[in-house]
Amino acid sequence: MTKSNERKLTIARAMAEATAQEMRIDPSVFVMGEDIGPLGGVYGNTRGLIEEFGAERIRDTPISETAFIGAAVGAAQDGMRPVVELMFVDFFGVCFDAIYNLMAKNIYFSGGNVKVPMVLMTSTGGGYSDGGQHSQCLYGTFAHLPGMKVVAPSNAYDAKGLMTAAMRDDSPVVYMYHKGLQGMGWLGTEAGATVHVPEEPYTLEIGKAKVVREGKDVSIVSCGMGVHNALKAAKKLEEQGVGAEVVDLVSLVPLDRDTIRASVAKTGRLIVVDEDYMSYGLSGEIIATVTEHDISVLKAAPKRVAFPDVPIPFARVMEQFCLPNPDKIVAAWDEMQAA
Amino acid sequence: MSPTREEQHWMYRNMVTSRRFEEAIAKIYFEGKSPAFNMANGPIPGEMHLSDGQEPVAVGVCAHLTPEDVVTATHRPHHQAIAKGVDLDKMAAEIFGKKTGLSGGRGGHMHLFDDDVNFACSGIIAQGMGPAVGAALSRKMQGKPGVAVAFVGEGAVNQGGWHEAMNLAAVWNLPFICVVEDNGWGISVAKKTASSIGSHADRAAAYGIPGKRIEGNDPYAIYEAAGEAIARARAGEGPSLLECETYRLAGHFMGDAEAYRPEGEKDALFEKDPIPKMRERLLAEGAASEAELSTIEEESAARVDAAIKFARESDDAAPEDALTRVFAA
Ligand SMILES: Cc1ncc(C[n+]2csc(CCOP(=O)(O)OP(=O)(O)O)c2C)c(N)n1
Repeated sequence: MTKSNERKLTIARAMAEATAQEMRIDPSVFVMGEDIGPLGGVYGNTRGLIEEFGAERIRDTPISETAFIGAAVGAAQDGMRPVVELMFVDFFGVCFDAIYNLMAKNIYFSGGNVKVPMVLMTSTGGGYSDGGQHSQCLYGTFAHLPGMKVVAPSNAYDAKGLMTAAMRDDSPVVYMYHKGLQGMGWLGTEAGATVHVPEEPYTLEIGKAKVVREGKDVSIVSCGMGVHNALKAAKKLEEQGVGAEVVDLVSLVPLDRDTIRASVAKTGRLIVVDEDYMSYGLSGEIIATVTEHDISVLKAAPKRVAFPDVPIPFARVMEQFCLPNPDKIVAAWDEMQAA
Repeated sequence: MSPTREEQHWMYRNMVTSRRFEEAIAKIYFEGKSPAFNMANGPIPGEMHLSDGQEPVAVGVCAHLTPEDVVTATHRPHHQAIAKGVDLDKMAAEIFGKKTGLSGGRGGHMHLFDDDVNFACSGIIAQGMGPAVGAALSRKMQGKPGVAVAFVGEGAVNQGGWHEAMNLAAVWNLPFICVVEDNGWGISVAKKTASSIGSHADRAAAYGIPGKRIEGNDPYAIYEAAGEAIARARAGEGPSLLECETYRLAGHFMGDAEAYRPEGEKDALFEKDPIPKMRERLLAEGAASEAELSTIEEESAARVDAAIKFARESDDAAPEDALTRVFAA
């Protein structure tokens, strides 16, 4: 193993490292957002950048998301490569026009004549009683609207490669990172997200899913935090002699339908794990991807483990009751067998 | 306009109750979170924004309000809620995520709702503005009395929604008051680096309404300015904008290391703590005796202890209740 492969990084540090490396070679990259300067980002993903690049390229903004995300669109069309942060994805409501009517549509409206090379980073997820306005995932909301690529890493290796790829992409990329995977001690963190990360820059292909665990009996498809729940469930299922294959989507747009279909064709069964609201979202899309292509591969009706269609409750017991977890995934398998 | 003796006692009582309440929360907050601060755990999980130091704004404004008047508050809502008369037991229980809480644990610290006293808050910056303007509009259309007050931080004034709501209140001449609590910081971003002018009260000119900035975190000065603005609104003379200088004695949220604060700023703020200052003034001006103040302090502490006890001893929310009350019954 080379020296560079020995070191482990959190997702937050992997994102900051990718950004710094890209800023060193590309003067058009700059970062804007709330508390991304001296504070280093509420989730640590811009830590250390202001010390190296200064306040001109690492810009703390007023609490004016409509203005600074709109400004990023304008700057991106004019030759810069902005990285902007929407601190919590839940805050999209105050600035969504800049996102889905400008950032996501201007390439199309220009007939492909302009590029909008910007990255919109935003935190997702709950599980720590932060209430219904600070805990949502909203994967489906962003992935539903055309014109923006959407990625959601589950570990630091992918996080760095996706970050570099997103900054080099000429289309807008929404980069959704889960708070519980960032490696922030004050939030509690999923240990599996902190992995070996090479020092040198590298990219991950946007739109390519990964089979992170092989199995023959059931495919568990998820992204972000859901992948860790799926891997824990797969371990439990293994004790029962059940081989679960885990597919990490990595990218939601474009969606790697081939990898999903190949996995389900192999296992014949599908469980989708989604921390976003159940209805009209990612989980339905994954199931449709399989069923509208070739329903004959399925040996059982697919199952979803997703957040029920209610606002995210504050009380810990209520929120935990609603969130996907490994036991619910195992229970979905049991129900599938009983059906 | 100066507060009556009775109003001064009310103001002091509510400032002290708010401070004791937050001191109690601050103490309990880290229970079960050690050794590493993990905000998911402990009797009070989630983010926690304390309002220590900002009490004068809440009491100076709410001294003029009745339960019929509408208040929308922010992500830092406790002092405003207490001054508006939100049920302290239910509020404490809500913050603990208990069945007996204001919403049975569904909302939590940033989403306190008490319709008995027309109080609501939101964790999204400046998003209390629209609902308060709407309440003012509804009062006007229905010919009902009452005013609506939106409290916001100085950072919120840079939100698009803030400007839209101000304009609407002004063109429709509504009984609405926006109170800006200027504590100088939006998380780690200093006001001077986020706002192009020093006083947000000057922005009132853009809407053709009165605007006033009150310096010194002084409950009496805030009382006076708010009294004028609210009287204007009640008389049908339209909206006003008040910006009150205040101080955030705690971090942005519990656990905030506050490395962004300039050296010494914090110590200087503690010297300006508005509660001992008001106490001294009450005594110096003969508005209260030592014995009266001690009684207020003891009663406030007892009130807070009772609320915390109620919250601690209440049953947890029932997990499956998470699925209920999504739509109106
Ligand atoms: C629309 C929106 N953007 C960002 C945030 C994150 N945020 C929460 S509090 C805060 C700072 C608010 O500053 P200010 O309005 O001055 O109020 P203070 O916290 O000082 O009381 C920010 C940026 C949010 N809650 N909502």
